[in-house]
Amino acid sequence: MSLRDWFSQRVKKNLDSTKVESRMSCDDLSKLWTKCYNCNASLPSKDLEKNLFICPKCDYHFRIDARTRVEQFLDENTFDEINSGMLPSDPLEFIDTVSYKVRQKKAKVQSSLNDAVITGIGQIKGYKTAVAVMDFAYMGGSMGSVVGEKITRLIEEGVRRHIPIVVITSSGGARMQESALSLMQMAKTSCAIARANEAGVLYMTVLAEPTFGGVTASYGTLGDIIIAEQGARIGFAGRRVIEQTIRQKLPANFQTAEYLLKYGQVDLVSHRKDLKNTVAKLIRIHSCKNNCKIEIQEEVAVND
Amino acid sequence: MIKDIKPLEFEKSIFQIEAKIEELKALSGETGIDLSDQIETLTVQAKEFKEELYSSLTPSQKIQIARHPNRPNFTDYISLLANDWVELHGDRAGTDDRAIIGGVACIDGHSAVVVGTQKGKNTKENLKCNFGMPQPEGYRKALRLFYHAERFGLPIITLIDTPGAYPGIKAEQTGQGVAIATNLREMAKLTVPIIAVITGEGCSGGALGLGVANKVFMLEHAYYTVISPEGCASILWRSPEHTSTAAEALKITATDLMKFDIVDGVIKEPLGGAHYDPEYTAKQLKETIINCINIFSTKGKEFIKNSRYDKFRNMGVFVE
Repeated sequence: MSLRDWFSQRVKKNLDSTKVESRMSCDDLSKLWTKCYNCNASLPSKDLEKNLFICPKCDYHFRIDARTRVEQFLDENTFDEINSGMLPSDPLEFIDTVSYKVRQKKAKVQSSLNDAVITGIGQIKGYKTAVAVMDFAYMGGSMGSVVGEKITRLIEEGVRRHIPIVVITSSGGARMQESALSLMQMAKTSCAIARANEAGVLYMTVLAEPTFGGVTASYGTLGDIIIAEQGARIGFAGRRVIEQTIRQKLPANFQTAEYLLKYGQVDLVSHRKDLKNTVAKLIRIHSCKNNCKIEIQEEVAVND
Repeated sequence: MIKDIKPLEFEKSIFQIEAKIEELKALSGETGIDLSDQIETLTVQAKEFKEELYSSLTPSQKIQIARHPNRPNFTDYISLLANDWVELHGDRAGTDDRAIIGGVACIDGHSAVVVGTQKGKNTKENLKCNFGMPQPEGYRKALRLFYHAERFGLPIITLIDTPGAYPGIKAEQTGQGVAIATNLREMAKLTVPIIAVITGEGCSGGALGLGVANKVFMLEHAYYTVISPEGCASILWRSPEHTSTAAEALKITATDLMKFDIVDGVIKEPLGGAHYDPEYTAKQLKETIINCINIFSTKGKEFIKNSRYDKFRNMGVFVE
């Protein structure tokens, strides 16, 4: 290698590395800012995170991942995850344009989760609660055998410990790749809720953006109390399916949390900032009965 | 073959052979020529061909049989199964959904509450029963009849044949999701035996809303799935052309579902499907139902409820 060649290679290498660096800094830059899907405002990502991923300009609630939800919703460092090692299988050996196995791998990378739900025991303002949080990033939050089993076990754990159960949903519905096995998860989870009912254990659901299909038609809407997060779209059939069936356009607010409230399908609509307080208050009212009034007053005093 | 049944695409060759046999018979009658040998050979061949064809149907072909316009519907089965039958209408909240029919029946001396989805055989009938797609009110009617059964200790029989719960504006407003979900939960609480039979289409939550049973059976050519193959193809393959591939992938036939313990048994249909001999089909159906009722009549309430819970509790395949 001549000196000239050696030198030119050095220059090329340096150029390549600066290219990579500049690309990385570009990525970092784009991570610093997030565009609101609703009002198109460019928002500093840090501010958005501090604001619980709610657009400060238009109040749009961004979809959040399960871990972030746990952080927002539970008292700090109180979440003990259970059944975290459970993994999906591929009983039907399902292949569409991509095999189910490959979809599972991709979803795991995208969401950093083993399947579309995390479950565990945590505290909400000091109240020990069995909590499940679904994550839309894992195959659209779809419900297959793992989701069904983890939700069922969580409900059973809540019943065993006689503590309230809260499930936060975000799901497109049953997972097609497990076909009838997914369908049966609707029955399985609902049967578990029947036992919670009989044991007098409070079961609450928070329907977050989006909640549809088999999740709506099972544990999603079986809450003793159903809370819809502001702006969330919630329904049984998808908007497109309904439009195709009835051959007409649907109003923009169709299947929103507020729409469902109007038609008596949810108990209340909550802003994300109020969610923890509201759930804690509901747990308190259901758990203390006689000295309930006193405790609420105390809580107000603390808040003030 | 019954004359007024329209052949499905894959059945056309059988219809041609049978037409040929009829022709030969007519010819022999008219001319007096003895053609019995030829007729006999053709008849045997036709039978063998049919047996071969109907025992190796693809999922898509089974779907066509399950959706056949001549397939017996709820009212057909009731008239063939029950010695006595009184239909009980309405959800007691303003609606009588005609897509779900229910009532009390006496079947071979056994009293029962029978509830099922209803399909029509022509457009007029189908408009009345909404093509077998219930509204939330239909599921609520079913539930109030389930409670009726519980109150009087009557076994519940559900006959399921639906392309799914209806996807409409009003259905969303009045809670299609919660209506189905409530049935799933409340069926889990009942202490009377529940026997469900998928007689045709068992599509999605709309079918499961009547299907949380102690024993679940399927007619031989019925199918049971989380989503219609058409819907699955349009979502996953983004094209309805892949419907038959989706039908294969979804494992929707009775034999497939037996493997996953989702279905407890398959009820035999006559050659060609239930519509070729509704009496035979109903007889098989009745035997299965009566057999189940007899088994459960010796069991206690707790056993009936807990064994149903355990059945669904064990469903699902995962790695741990």
